[in-house]
Amino acid sequence: MIPELGHFALVAALLVALLQVALPAFGVWRRDRRLMAVASSAAQTQFLLILFAYLCLSWAFVTRDWSVAYVAANSHSDLPLAYRISAVWGAHEGSMLLWVLMLSGWAAAVSVFNRRLPPDLAATTLAVLGAVGVGFLLFILLTSNPFERSFPVPADGRDLNPLLQDPGLVIHPPMLYMGYVGFSVAFAFALAALISGRLDAAWARWTRPWTTTAWLFLTCGITLGSWWAYNELGWGGWWFWDPVENASFMPWLVGTALIHSLAVTEKRGQLKAWTVLLAILAFALSLLGTFLVRSGVLVSVHAFATDPARGVFILTFLAIVLGIAFTLYAWRAPKFVSQADFALFSREGLLLLNNVFLVVAAFAVLLGTLYPLLAEALNLGKVSVGPPYFNAVFLPLTAPLAVLVGLAAAVGWKRAKPAEVWKRVRVPAALAVVAGLALPWALGHRTLLAAIAGGMLAIWVLLTAAQEIGRRVLAKRDRVQGLLQVPRAVWGMTLAHAGLGIWVLGVSFVSLYSVEKDVRLGPGQAAELSGYAFRFDGVEGRAGPNYDADHGRVEVSRGGRVIAELEPEKRRYRASGQVMTESAVDHNALRDLYVALGEPIDKARADGDWALRLYYKPMMRLVWWGGFIMALGGLIAASDRRYRLAQARETVAVRAEALA
Amino acid sequence: MKRGTLKSRLAPVALLAGLLLALPGAPLRAAELDAEQQARYQTLINELRCLVCQNQTIADSNAPLAADLRQQVETQIRAGRSDAEIKRYLTDRYGDFVLYRPPFKAKTWLLWGGPFVVLLIALGVALRFVRARRAAPAATAVDAAALRQVLADEAGDDARRPPENRS
Amino acid sequence: MRLRYLVPALVLIGLVVLFAVGLRHDPREVPSPLIGKPAPAFSLAVLGAPQQTYTLADLKGRPVLVNFFASWCAACRVEHPFLMQLAAQGVEIVGVDYKDTDADGADWLARHGNPYRTVIADPQGAMGLDWGVYGAPETFVLDTAGTIVYKQIGPLSEAVWRERVAPLLQGAKP
Repeated sequence: MIPELGHFALVAALLVALLQVALPAFGVWRRDRRLMAVASSAAQTQFLLILFAYLCLSWAFVTRDWSVAYVAANSHSDLPLAYRISAVWGAHEGSMLLWVLMLSGWAAAVSVFNRRLPPDLAATTLAVLGAVGVGFLLFILLTSNPFERSFPVPADGRDLNPLLQDPGLVIHPPMLYMGYVGFSVAFAFALAALISGRLDAAWARWTRPWTTTAWLFLTCGITLGSWWAYNELGWGGWWFWDPVENASFMPWLVGTALIHSLAVTEKRGQLKAWTVLLAILAFALSLLGTFLVRSGVLVSVHAFATDPARGVFILTFLAIVLGIAFTLYAWRAPKFVSQADFALFSREGLLLLNNVFLVVAAFAVLLGTLYPLLAEALNLGKVSVGPPYFNAVFLPLTAPLAVLVGLAAAVGWKRAKPAEVWKRVRVPAALAVVAGLALPWALGHRTLLAAIAGGMLAIWVLLTAAQEIGRRVLAKRDRVQGLLQVPRAVWGMTLAHAGLGIWVLGVSFVSLYSVEKDVRLGPGQAAELSGYAFRFDGVEGRAGPNYDADHGRVEVSRGGRVIAELEPEKRRYRASGQVMTESAVDHNALRDLYVALGEPIDKARADGDWALRLYYKPMMRLVWWGGFIMALGGLIAASDRRYRLAQARETVAVRAEALA
Repeated sequence: MKRGTLKSRLAPVALLAGLLLALPGAPLRAAELDAEQQARYQTLINELRCLVCQNQTIADSNAPLAADLRQQVETQIRAGRSDAEIKRYLTDRYGDFVLYRPPFKAKTWLLWGGPFVVLLIALGVALRFVRARRAAPAATAVDAAALRQVLADEAGDDARRPPENRS
Repeated sequence: MRLRYLVPALVLIGLVVLFAVGLRHDPREVPSPLIGKPAPAFSLAVLGAPQQTYTLADLKGRPVLVNFFASWCAACRVEHPFLMQLAAQGVEIVGVDYKDTDADGADWLARHGNPYRTVIADPQGAMGLDWGVYGAPETFVLDTAGTIVYKQIGPLSEAVWRERVAPLLQGAKP
């Protein structure tokens, strides 16, 4: 009964979504305020209906209702409660439900927080979000219904994919989807601007916190995904340039560009058409990612079970939504051209360059991801495009960005004098050069040119970020007062840039100085790696809630001093028979020591020799810390006072006067 | 239909390859290679694709085929073959598909050159955009200078000291 | 001048066409570079008769199917009845017991029937590697000169046989 109620709620949500498109659109056309106002209540109703459907599916998981095909396919009676709840998004159908739940959640949030937007703009924005919702609800109802029953009812479920039975994976997809879906708000604002033909500083100010919030979720999601892959896949890698990863990385790159171009649009009233294009593109790439992951056109490690019908549906939907958006763009965007003064050597000029590099980097990722498809379509044969390509192309396209970050902070809006800028940057630049040269040596690594360059860039980004705060504090007589008066937007920007610096440092060192070793060890034997001794203390059998494990023990010591007791596992999940490698990691800021358990050399004797994979990974943590600090920066920036209601009311009042 | 059968055929293999993330025994012997050979071995197996897997290098995969290919790479390094010869050996049998670093040739020039061509175009467009908006503002430049003067006056003594001593 | 605002729409059209084409392809299928080339040489023992070797020369002189199978391969079971049917029609099939033990391979054939004129034992997968095999079953179609004219990845079926393989053999026979 409850699954049927959930299904029914989805159908009702579809009807409400249709109203959310039609009535406000009609209202905007007839300038009827009451019809425009329907948008808000429709958005909120739609959200509640989808939430109800979502809870129904969760209920089916919690109560182990195997008559629901999706539940039976992705759960098992021994699955712990936490994973039964997260199993809702463990496969295609449920994850799409989570996706529309978030989409309607974002729309409901817009309806609540933006009550003081001009009514026609708010109505158009919500109508666009409603239209996107219609597409995804249809997609679920027509091709991917999670409430479908199966008869006869199986005796037990087939279990959740063991790869997904990990805390990292519990929060990674919701974060990622929040980001993907969140860009729909910027998209809707962009379309509203195109439709109304109005695009001013206030528009940018309304769009900025939404974009930043979506971006920070995406940043968290990607970082968590990387952390999960590192711990769970057992290959010690943290980024594989897999199509699924690229699908999340492209919207991130374009979203980052959008955040920066929105700043220019707000502060200087320029790059308007470009900002609108980026807002459309960020969401377009989110849709594209959905298509790539769920249609099976590309081969990926983490692809969903695919079905050509779903691919055709998403492709059609994508073509319609983006076709309308880009047509509107071609028609209306030329209106937004501004002829005001624009100097290259100014903050907006450097932000323009930042956009160029970010967007070209996103293009490179897109090209590499789609090239196998392109080559096949053009009958050029099969090609594989993998990490060696992406690393080779991506690096030269993004290294200039790190230089720009520090420089732009030192350059004012409108126009800057090179001599003054030089005075500001020469100290951090000099310090960065010295620190970059010293770092590999100080950490006991061999000297590599790439590591020096990476270190220099990282330190440069960090120092110039700190300098931004320092300059603001020193400008005031009362330093404490000065510190308190630094706006959150600036704190957020500084933190995000500092996160980037930390990330660059981590990536440079971990990619250049990692050491890996495959060894064969018997109980009591030890292997040496980068000055650490790994002693294998054997394997014992252990039973988990829904798996049996070979539980290994490895003692790590250095110079006779014990550093860590690592316990890698090999789990065999009972229901599916799948085997998972649970790596064990000892970490601090400077290095990770990583052990993964392989196979017993003699399959019949678990107490004999085992194959083990050992890694020494310097500064691995910085990669994730950097990501989370960037996200934290986004959070602080999005909470800046001037985006909040009191301010919004003022600007609307000003606008109303201007219009009167 | 063809698709279904292929998948069902590969399903057990893919399970082995992608999900039974067992670590292979094969590279263990690689420890006997000397340091330079070991480095080449690591680089090569991280650039070669495991054909039966979803999207993995032969270094990451535990599929039997990946183990065989690692073995081949190791044997051939030991036999003194160059990296190019080893790659050639594999592409003769499996095509360019095994190479994660696509070779630079006619069918991939777009792939390798594309991003940089697009970068040049984008930089060109951006520069033209800026240049088109630079001509007029002689007046604003004066204004900006005047503004700086005013600001400097307001900031008081500190600002009037020679810049060298300021910080 | 205004044309540049149309660029995103044009790119979109291009991408949609590309994906529409892409949806028809199976990204997992890897065409063999050996098609149209002479089959690679090998010299391996015959299954169940370790003293007897079989080489490339033994495959020449008439069109022949070389089928890689194994006792551990589930899809081979699916394909097997069709191979039996082909053998009954007089098509010559040479089997390669790929990465399998001789005992398991022989046992499997005893249980399900033997459609092969000869079965070669390739326990290490050495021949498979030279022939670019990446799983089982895979079937190569050789013409009289020993040139590979077709490779089937995955099970042979009635439809594949009728549409792809039979026309090639017709051409190869005279």
